[in-house]
Amino acid sequence: MGYLVHSDVDRALMLERIGVPSVDALLRDVPSSLRLPRLNLDRGISELETLNHLRSLAGQNRVFPDRMCFRGGGVYRRFIPAAVAAVTSKPEFYTAYTPYQPEASQGTLQAIFEFQTLIAQLTGMDVSNASLYDGATAVAEAAMMATVQTGRHEVVVAGRLHPEYGEVLRTYAAGRGFVVLEGEESISTTTAAVIFQQPDFFGLLIDAPDLTRRAHEAAALAIACVDPISLALLAPPGEYGADIAVGEGQQLGMSPSFGGPHLGFIACRSELLRRLPGRLVGQGHDDAGRRGFTLTLTAREQHIRREKATSNICTNHSLCALAASVYLTYMGPEGLRQVAEISFVRAHFLAERLASLPGIEMAFPGADFLFEFPLRIENGGDRLQRLSGLGILAGLQVGRWYPELRDVVTFCCTEVNDPGAIDELVAAIGDGRA
Amino acid sequence: MIESLSFELSRPDFPGPRLPPAGVDSDATIPAHLVRHTAPDLPRLSEPEIMRHYGRLASLNYSISENFYPLGSCTMKYNPVANETAAALEGFASLHPYQEDETVQGALELMWRLEKALCEIVGVDRATLQPAAGAHGEWTALRVIQAYHRDRNEIRDVVIVPDSAHGTNPASAALCGFKVVEVRSAPDGRVDVSDLESKLSGRVAALMLTNPNTLGLFERDILKMADLVHRAGGKLYYDGANLNALMGICRPGDMGFDAVHLNLHKTFTSPHGGGGPGAGPVAVKAELAPYLPRPMVQRTESGFRLDHDRPHSIGRVRSFAGNFLVLVRAYTYIVAMGGDGLTQASLDAVLAANYLRTLVDEVLEVPHPGPCMHEFVASARGLGENGVRALDVAKGFLQRGFYAPTVYFPLIVPEAVMIEPTETESKSTLDAFMAALVEVVALARSDPEQLHQEPNNLPIGRLDEVAAARQPILRWRRVGGPD
Repeated sequence: MGYLVHSDVDRALMLERIGVPSVDALLRDVPSSLRLPRLNLDRGISELETLNHLRSLAGQNRVFPDRMCFRGGGVYRRFIPAAVAAVTSKPEFYTAYTPYQPEASQGTLQAIFEFQTLIAQLTGMDVSNASLYDGATAVAEAAMMATVQTGRHEVVVAGRLHPEYGEVLRTYAAGRGFVVLEGEESISTTTAAVIFQQPDFFGLLIDAPDLTRRAHEAAALAIACVDPISLALLAPPGEYGADIAVGEGQQLGMSPSFGGPHLGFIACRSELLRRLPGRLVGQGHDDAGRRGFTLTLTAREQHIRREKATSNICTNHSLCALAASVYLTYMGPEGLRQVAEISFVRAHFLAERLASLPGIEMAFPGADFLFEFPLRIENGGDRLQRLSGLGILAGLQVGRWYPELRDVVTFCCTEVNDPGAIDELVAAIGDGRA
Repeated sequence: MIESLSFELSRPDFPGPRLPPAGVDSDATIPAHLVRHTAPDLPRLSEPEIMRHYGRLASLNYSISENFYPLGSCTMKYNPVANETAAALEGFASLHPYQEDETVQGALELMWRLEKALCEIVGVDRATLQPAAGAHGEWTALRVIQAYHRDRNEIRDVVIVPDSAHGTNPASAALCGFKVVEVRSAPDGRVDVSDLESKLSGRVAALMLTNPNTLGLFERDILKMADLVHRAGGKLYYDGANLNALMGICRPGDMGFDAVHLNLHKTFTSPHGGGGPGAGPVAVKAELAPYLPRPMVQRTESGFRLDHDRPHSIGRVRSFAGNFLVLVRAYTYIVAMGGDGLTQASLDAVLAANYLRTLVDEVLEVPHPGPCMHEFVASARGLGENGVRALDVAKGFLQRGFYAPTVYFPLIVPEAVMIEPTETESKSTLDAFMAALVEVVALARSDPEQLHQEPNNLPIGRLDEVAAARQPILRWRRVGGPD
């Protein structure tokens, strides 16, 4: 049955060795009033039937080809080198446990050490941890670091942070007992941190160096939530003096996956190291002087510090960090820059073409962007629906988060949206089919 | 050196991968003061070199695909490969989280069915699938309980946690701003009910409990404890770390628990991935359901939809729909196993643990009387006179081709060696594991010095972890580069 291994003969031998007549005798501590007659679930089925059922469920979802997907909002289709899945699907990686025994876990430990270095290089920060769940919880963890570090109980969100990140931040704040204020005008001497997203939720560039300076003037920390691909083109948070850099790493080799699992990353200045949440891998050596890697500085963590820990995080997103490492290593500085430049050029080309169509205009004319941009579109909802019917997953309506911007739709464009796909999208709108 | 770092293998003259030309033109530029002037110092390697590098790293790892992880409290069971097939289906992996509900009906139905199955298994009414891991689920459940009390204008700022609890319990409570009060274990390893009684008050928001507890013992007085906590106006939170003992046997909801978190990467066979991703759904009784994170999947006459309109919700705990592909894996497992298979899995897990317990008891001290449920805790303190500690026992297992049991946890057992075999290890594997323990214990008595030198047949020997923590090196730096 399923994945069970014992034969009845083995079961009988084990019971005999234990010295009881049945497994029921081993359950004697469970009060009889609590014993369940049976689970009200279907009986098990074969792998053949199971996968047919799963394929049937998957078949009820609409699959849009990568090249026809122009919807972002925090999750993007990008080219994923075949090497990524080839590495993450190695059972030595994906079926390994958390590397608590370094002698038997050097593969995972070294991969995480490389990940920590890659994120540090990309963000220009001193240290990165081993990963967090996603971009949203990374923002929340960074905010908690800042409140502890400064002893202040307010954080300010400046500009358009991803609305779901903001919502998660408020859920954490309500539990932990700090306040989330909106707008840079709220920065004051009681501010623990200024949190900003670069590019912002609409894809627009903000003046991150200026916000960092303003945070520091108030003796608050600057928390930069950044798009990792953008860092091939944009000055990294470490260069303009941010204290903590966080973000969502999905674009580094992970499929959209209906939202997860993806990858949260967090990196900081070395002065904040002991406030950093989650696991850290450090370099060490064994008795023979051989270099090796191990989980380190665990005195910050829940299994040692319990209620005094920097965070409760335990399981994180190690395999997603591995995917990001393979991706970044495959791309290297040249590949990453090309990915960003291709996306930049195509996104601007697409924006110009779309904005030249009747009934469509740039929502914020003159604003700078990278790979994603907001348009004001008449009858946007209807048009998106018709585009969907044509096999195009076009932009994202932001009205559900910004009621005053009901007709604003953000589009993204990456290296997977080839010129032919751009032409198809523009033509479908331009010739009145959408 | 076992394997160089990718940064050390990097070749400055390697040109990078081939990517398509942009194919279109734009004269747009980035504002000068935002531009990066120095490219990130990433490795430059060809695909063949990358595949070899990670291939060699993989060979340095121990994994469940190779052999047994006897890790107590971790439920390291076999990860069915059909789960991976299902998670890789394009109809799941390619979905954008902001596709319209009508284009993701299969995904929403899967989530709805998984929620129903989990609620049936633990005996409660509704579940959120949003939390990304066990600790995240614990914290979510406590936030839900906190919101419930606040809605009733009750000031309850204390959470009670047993001294045998996992460290995430008090850490999650503290993250919600609760004061943590410990309840002690009685000599039999179970919660001291009179101590619990003395700590209950109108300030208590919840009791956090694992049942079976971290010693693998069923809390026989659970109904009494539930009654005491409820009378005091508190809620019972169930840490699902040990659910693998109970499927189809009894249910936390029937015991009186109000909120339950589940680790899909333990009980429901989603792989650990070297430390995640997992998923930590939270299932609750009806009166707590309004406070669950939004959105929730609702079934309507016209199909399934994500319901965001939940005014009492604590809000989101992470972005999007949670770790969806982990949910797909767990659902695949549940469908394949069925109610009968899950029940047999728990029965076999209890059988295997008691079998090993019986054998281990003959060579090491097992301080608390059995029977146990799905795991048990031995103590290596009897080896102390030879200068041997639980850590040495752990390393002795590594030398003999097994992963080490959990050691030094729970904190209430000195020199703890915590063993959980799960239902997916055959009798012959369990016997081989025992043979290794017998050898380790014999060596501890005959030649402890040799045991201290183990492992000596793995890629590296024991690491000097104290030195590593004293002057932490947490990243590679280019020689001659900025400090």
